[in-house]
Amino acid sequence: MNSPASIHDKHPARRGRGRLRRVNVGLAEYARYRGRAGQWAWILHRLTGLGVLLFVYLHIIDTSLIGWGPHAYNEAMALYRMTGFRIGEIILVGAVLYHALNGMRIIVMDFWPRTTVIQKQLLYGVWISFVVLYVPTIYFMVHWMVTGKP
Amino acid sequence: MNGAGNPRPESGLELYAWIFMRVSGVVLLVMVLLHLAIMHLINNVEVISYHFVVVRYATPFWRTYDLVMLWLAMIHGLNGLRVVIDDYVISRGWRVTALGVVFISGVIFLALGSLVILTFHPVPGT
Repeated sequence: MNSPASIHDKHPARRGRGRLRRVNVGLAEYARYRGRAGQWAWILHRLTGLGVLLFVYLHIIDTSLIGWGPHAYNEAMALYRMTGFRIGEIILVGAVLYHALNGMRIIVMDFWPRTTVIQKQLLYGVWISFVVLYVPTIYFMVHWMVTGKP
Repeated sequence: MNGAGNPRPESGLELYAWIFMRVSGVVLLVMVLLHLAIMHLINNVEVISYHFVVVRYATPFWRTYDLVMLWLAMIHGLNGLRVVIDDYVISRGWRVTALGVVFISGVIFLALGSLVILTFHPVPGT
């Protein structure tokens, strides 16, 4: 990929990590509209990645409770059954799904640079597969939540 | 700007990290989506309990699966966080501090997760 992945690649003061004094370009600069849809795909990729990593940390803590026996672990599961956590669970699955599908798009474009000419179609592909997979997923998860059964 | 990943680094550790993100990404797509389907759709937090884990961890298959997934996900996630920190944390002192926190917490949580998966032994009578 020849195109810069993030804005500071273009910013001379931010080239050569550590060698030049970094200039604070400010949050407004980062949020600036730059690359049409691809920019949003990239921002969402980072946000979903960070969110999922945060949950992995939490997930290690909750799973480690099995070491303290049935009571501790079942208490944690009871917490996860609360409505707020169930909504979080649905958002988590959506974040993983988006990150996975958009990641595949990144891989395709990185390893087959000629696909850059169909980058718009690839992005549509990500969103179409996301909706196709996520809508039934939401249905089944809400069904579990409401009825307590599959 | 086309929203693709970071440009392929020329050589060295950064190149290996770049390749790792893509290879582990493909493996994780399969492993994590299967994990989500099994634990959130086929089963659900409604039915997941201590007993559920006892049955699941009675044979080495899911322990191995979970251990591989834990390591791939953590290294993939921590390396992603490292890239994000490098991008946004401008002051050198804060950047080194943040990277240190990420690295140390990563080691601790990976150790804790691995320990739980490898040493889990059901309480008698459950």
